[in-house]
Amino acid sequence: MTRRLVTAALLILAACAPLILPEFYVTLLNYVGLYTIVALGLVLLTGVGGLTSFGQAAFVGLGAYTTAYLTTAYAVSPWLTLLAGLVLTALVALFLGFITLRLSGHYLPLGTIAWGISLYFLFGNVGFLGGHTGISGIPVLDIAGIRLETGRQFYYLIWSLMLLGIVATQNLLDSREGRAIRALKGGGLMAEAMGVDTARSKILIFVIAALLACLSGWLYAHLQRFVNPSPFGLHIGIEYLFMAVVGGAAHVWGALLGAAVITILKEWLQDLLPKIFGQSGNFEVIFFGVLLIIVLQRARDGLWPALQRFAPVDRRAPKVASVDPIAKRSMRRHGTVLLEAEGVHKQFGGLVACNKMNLEVRAGEILALIGPNGAGKSTVFNLISGVQPLTAGIVRFGAERIDGKSARQIARLGMSRTFQHVRLLTAMSVLENVALGAHTRGSKGIVLAALRLERKEESRLLAEAGRQLERVGLHDQMAIQAGSLPLGQQRILEIARALCADPFLLLLDEPAAGLRYLEKQALADLLRKLRAEGMGILLVEHDMDFVMGLADRIIVMDFGEKIAEGLPEEVQRNPAVLEAYLGAAE
Amino acid sequence: MDFQIALLLGQDGITNGAIYALLALALVLVFTVTRVIFVPQGEFVSFGTLTLAALESGRVPGTVWLLLGAGVMVAMLDVAEAVRTGTRGRIPRILGWNIAYPLAVAAAVISLAPHKPAIAVQVALSLAVVVPFGPMLYRLAFQPLASASVLVLLIVAVAVHLALVGLGLLFFGAEGSRTTAFSDASFDLGPLRVSGQTLWVLLSSIALIAVLYQFFERTIYGKALRATAINRIGARLMGISTTLAGKLSFLLAAAIGALSGILIGPITTIYYDTGFLVGLKGFVGAIIGGLASYPLAALGALLVGILESFSSFWASAFKEVIVFTLIIPVLLWRSLTTHHVEEEEE
Repeated sequence: MTRRLVTAALLILAACAPLILPEFYVTLLNYVGLYTIVALGLVLLTGVGGLTSFGQAAFVGLGAYTTAYLTTAYAVSPWLTLLAGLVLTALVALFLGFITLRLSGHYLPLGTIAWGISLYFLFGNVGFLGGHTGISGIPVLDIAGIRLETGRQFYYLIWSLMLLGIVATQNLLDSREGRAIRALKGGGLMAEAMGVDTARSKILIFVIAALLACLSGWLYAHLQRFVNPSPFGLHIGIEYLFMAVVGGAAHVWGALLGAAVITILKEWLQDLLPKIFGQSGNFEVIFFGVLLIIVLQRARDGLWPALQRFAPVDRRAPKVASVDPIAKRSMRRHGTVLLEAEGVHKQFGGLVACNKMNLEVRAGEILALIGPNGAGKSTVFNLISGVQPLTAGIVRFGAERIDGKSARQIARLGMSRTFQHVRLLTAMSVLENVALGAHTRGSKGIVLAALRLERKEESRLLAEAGRQLERVGLHDQMAIQAGSLPLGQQRILEIARALCADPFLLLLDEPAAGLRYLEKQALADLLRKLRAEGMGILLVEHDMDFVMGLADRIIVMDFGEKIAEGLPEEVQRNPAVLEAYLGAAE
Repeated sequence: MDFQIALLLGQDGITNGAIYALLALALVLVFTVTRVIFVPQGEFVSFGTLTLAALESGRVPGTVWLLLGAGVMVAMLDVAEAVRTGTRGRIPRILGWNIAYPLAVAAAVISLAPHKPAIAVQVALSLAVVVPFGPMLYRLAFQPLASASVLVLLIVAVAVHLALVGLGLLFFGAEGSRTTAFSDASFDLGPLRVSGQTLWVLLSSIALIAVLYQFFERTIYGKALRATAINRIGARLMGISTTLAGKLSFLLAAAIGALSGILIGPITTIYYDTGFLVGLKGFVGAIIGGLASYPLAALGALLVGILESFSSFWASAFKEVIVFTLIIPVLLWRSLTTHHVEEEEE
């Protein structure tokens, strides 16, 4: 309630601002709005997605120059030029994204530096774009008969678009696609294993950020009614990044805060510093450089988290609505072969990590893979689930060959896994982490998410996540941050996440490690229940009591080779196994 | 274009390319050792040239004050840390390097500058002023963030670049400078006339590369740097200090940068912000080498130099556009040939 009141009060304040404030401040507010739109894209790209671009100013320039040129040279309607600018920007961003995003993270920023410089020189040297003098006489915007001639009028357009942008971005982040985007930073491998196309998510946020910048450029051109290359240089691109980082790159409202702080500070410093130091120099650049270094050293999350502490907190537990459940695969008949691996081989240089392994998992069966440390069990897991490519061998899942397929494609076929070293998004809630597992079960895209038109599907996904949490006994913890769970429960959370994908086959890498006795029993009960439902389970585990009481069959590995296979009691008596575990009796 | 012009352009391109190659090597070195994409590399180039130019005209370069100021800040941080961690024995050494050394250099510069000493002395003084700024910069800006992600380090590098460009304007003003050539001699090689300065640039670059090679192959510090580049944690476990490795790589980068600046000073007019573009061209070379391979980076940088000189002949207004667009086919090629699943950093 207080949250709503504060929001309403701020909105009224924002609506009245141009009526009360003198011209100078309205201009300042207009710039804050324009910068916020650009910084918002960087929040999505850098703060949330962990990528970055120094070339946003060039995208702003693309938007501004497209409209400037088309409206002055061909008298095209500004609304059409907005569309043209957006299309052009999207094409450029797709191309840049395509060539850099498959490489390590730092190639995108480097690529955007080069792109920013090139475009800047291009603007300054191409004759029909006016060279360094630029283009003037850009027409006034006209909305439903109202001509936006003054800064005061323009303010409403800029700030409405800015607020719309913020709300849409917030909506997007709080959705299925948003979870995938939030997984990019620090959870890419896991997200791929949950069926998320991380390359697509990366390109998506890069394009969104570029489009926001283009929009800002279009607004700028019609506000100034004049463009030249100088506001689109690399230094301004860097300044946009400052705004996002100083404001708090992981928070959408940080964009507004950062844009406001930097714009006002810059205005103030340009007045103040020459008075102190007397000379004409570029003092504010030095100041900003040092400020940014200090912010990154001392408060890497920016200013917004500091401000947020004073804001009323939303303490409502996430609602898991009782909606009609989401469609479920029907399990295969008991005894059907789910997974078949033949001669699976993996070599790292001269080291054979896994030597021509064969294994088979059937529906309604628990197969345990055991062996001393370093025997190659996790390698087998990674090979089967597509996390690592195999050197040789064939893997079939159902009727399909899956060797050579990516982790994402395999996940979509109905194989789901947990990791030996827990891979969670520690800052996200338990429920959201689990819902990430259901990524492949939804289909609504980013546009619907930004407009909140996918709420029905979203609530079904969350309800499914809630059901799986209930199943594994973590129901009470679903609102807390995943990182605050003890390690044993984090492993259980991974199981819930894997179950959320509705798999035929579950791969569990040491699920019982770190669990207490009763928790282990509960886990064993759960796995038995899943087996009874027809799920196939492949299990790597060190806890012999747990394995022997649960598994239908056991494979023992040592030094990358299978040394025994059979029923638990057979394996326990096998001399090769005893030797591997206890050493030979001399 | 006839053969004569092509030869001339080629010579120009190779000369500039040699400088870009040096910078590309420094960038690869700093990146592999510290994971910092060293955007301010170019500022060392401008600082090198402009410091020398100031000395040539008998003025005291502003970089001297920068050295003193940075020294004081480093000393304060390090002494505070020494007191906090109970390693007070380090204090004399800290004060020696960060207070006494800058004071000595400042005294030398202030007393010698008005007398316009011999060029070798001027070069030595310029290096003595600019080079120590490398490790100081590492201490002030990057060491507190040594464990941060490449992205954060990159943003800091850009911030450092901005601050240094601002300082460059403050110290040297907006006018560009050109230093006098080391030699006025020129040689005729068949149809080609090679200037002494070009030879200086090429020979110094080759010598520097040879020295670097010896350093990395033969000395314990060079090996420590290589070890850190290959595996930071492993190197630490073997007792190699990451801080030392970081400072050392910054020292080398600063030395290479300042030296490059001194070498190209007589060839092109250098402004306070020229270094950035020069450094970025080194970057394009380094990226061609994937930020990992020294020979490929050097070759890439030569290619950049040649491309630049030929495009300045055909389309001089678009010279920068052409050079920086070169990065796009390179990235495209790299992205199509790289198949790796990146283990993300935490």
